[in-house]
Amino acid sequence: MILEMKHIYKNYQQGKMDVPVLKDVNFSMEEGEYVAIMGPSGSGKTTLMNLIGCLDKPTSGSFLLDGMDVSKCSENEMSDMRLHKLGFVFQSFHLLAKQSAIENVMMPLNYAGVPKKKRREIAFAALERVGLAERVDFLPNQLSGGQMQRVAIARAIVNSPKLLLADEPTGALDSKSGQQVMELFQKLNEEGVTVLMITHDSEIAEHAKRIVLIRDGVLREKEVPANE
Amino acid sequence: MFENIRLAFQGIWSHKMRSFLTMLGIIIGIASIISIVSTIRGTSEMLKQNLIGAGNNAVTVNLNDGDSVYDVAWGDTSKKTPILTDEIKEKVKNLDNVENASFFYSRTYADGIYYDDSSLQGGKIYGVDSEYLNTCGYIIQNGRGFVDKDFSEYRKVVLLDNNAVNSMFGEENPLGKTIEIKGEPFTVVGVYTNSSTYEPTINSIEDYYTYNQDMSGTVLIPNSSWPIIYKYDEPENAVVRAKNTDAMSKVGQKTAETLNAAITDSNSKLKYKAVDLLERAQQQQELSESTNRQLIWIASIALLVGGIGVMNIMLVSVTERTSEIGLKKAIGARKNRILFQFLTEAAVLTSLGGVIGVIVGLILSKIISKVASIPVAISVPAIVISVVFSMVIGIVFGLLPSVKAANLNPIDALRRE
Repeated sequence: MILEMKHIYKNYQQGKMDVPVLKDVNFSMEEGEYVAIMGPSGSGKTTLMNLIGCLDKPTSGSFLLDGMDVSKCSENEMSDMRLHKLGFVFQSFHLLAKQSAIENVMMPLNYAGVPKKKRREIAFAALERVGLAERVDFLPNQLSGGQMQRVAIARAIVNSPKLLLADEPTGALDSKSGQQVMELFQKLNEEGVTVLMITHDSEIAEHAKRIVLIRDGVLREKEVPANE
Repeated sequence: MFENIRLAFQGIWSHKMRSFLTMLGIIIGIASIISIVSTIRGTSEMLKQNLIGAGNNAVTVNLNDGDSVYDVAWGDTSKKTPILTDEIKEKVKNLDNVENASFFYSRTYADGIYYDDSSLQGGKIYGVDSEYLNTCGYIIQNGRGFVDKDFSEYRKVVLLDNNAVNSMFGEENPLGKTIEIKGEPFTVVGVYTNSSTYEPTINSIEDYYTYNQDMSGTVLIPNSSWPIIYKYDEPENAVVRAKNTDAMSKVGQKTAETLNAAITDSNSKLKYKAVDLLERAQQQQELSESTNRQLIWIASIALLVGGIGVMNIMLVSVTERTSEIGLKKAIGARKNRILFQFLTEAAVLTSLGGVIGVIVGLILSKIISKVASIPVAISVPAIVISVVFSMVIGIVFGLLPSVKAANLNPIDALRRE
């Protein structure tokens, strides 16, 4: 079990009111799974993503990530979890504009204290995995949207995370590059990467082997499609 | 660390204009400090050279009555004056760092010295031993110096300096001429002068009084002939030559201590005291330094304002780069890493300002020295301190923005585009 959430509640303070965003969420993932969480905006899926991504702590409930109890982690421990166990892919890529593709990919290695000489080697391998070996020294603005997202994916997998988190990874892409990015996730999953994707687009969600629906802060499993 | 510095330079370079304007306060502050310090040092070096005389490390140790030099002509004659025995003199000669020592009788305002109708007004007359010229660094310009027989036979011979020659003889050749001292005839056997050029600079009224006497001339006679015109057992003063300039103060003090052993009356106000030219130079230096220290305070205000400018720009930079900070935190950068990144950026920015400031300051001091013909001396410690200080400014004023950056919540920071 790579991820296990039991009775998770998350409330947000709004003025004097406590607004519940997640209500009794129970969710778990096995290593090597490819799961999509689907839900409309305002359903609490981003909040869930933030919790799983160790960017936030639940109000109550227990959350184990790779055996570690996140709700008891200090701020630095949460940083280290994000660094070593998680990889993030964002809708809007979040690449540093002044750094080349490979420099962007090297950044987590830098934080992890990998020796300088090895960084480039590892980052190059990651870019190769996403099919961008020829563009390593390009700046983000010299790349297409699909390519930028692939650089971001390379950055997310460069530290060999236990779990790859993708928040609307195709949201800012045209359908063709979106398709390519989805194929890349598929390929990475086949290579053994555990993927958790958040989307509101059912077509995108269909790529996953397992779909979980979220609505008004309540989670429920979707029936496994018949063709799978 | 190295990575952070590289990133900082990248950041500074990508906002050249903004970075330069931010650094301007630091540049102006450091440049003014460097040029002020260089000017202070230059002036004091010049003073030191002037007062001490290049290569002549002689220190005069006078018998003082209270705060002023004891003079038999005016002094309280009822006082028992010390007599320097050969033993004491030998002790002085054997002190550490003493190259040479000489002892002499003196009148600091000699009257009754005439050649024909022209008198030596306000000059000095010394009764010296055979070491005097050598110890003071004087050389014979014309004629001869004192020989052993001058002393042993109580000859009435005299050496003059150029000022004395000018005021009594004018253009006339003084050698072999007879002058009158207190009614006694003395024969001029030589003219002595400084071995190196010594040009006092008159910067203040005190300097004027000091050098005024030097200007009016000095007359030297053998110490054995001194009682012919004055008295027996008059107190002697000493002049010692230190082995190097830095040892002058020490040698002067030690000599005074040694000579004071000759003062038997413990209640006596008479004390030997060194005329410490080095100390005088330092006093002069302190005087000009205290003026300039105020200028440094003003320059420090420029630095303070510069520091606030840095803080301001760093806050803007943090706001601008919120999403970058959010991303870095999201992919696992610890809080301290973000803190150090921004601190390094601020420190690099201000250090760079400091370095540019030093360069501008050095150029400025060269210009000052050319235009105002003040000598400047570059102070390496001042340069090092300036750069370190500007780095400290960066760290101090960069702290608030850096803490702000480090404490950003990655969720909020990422949402901002």
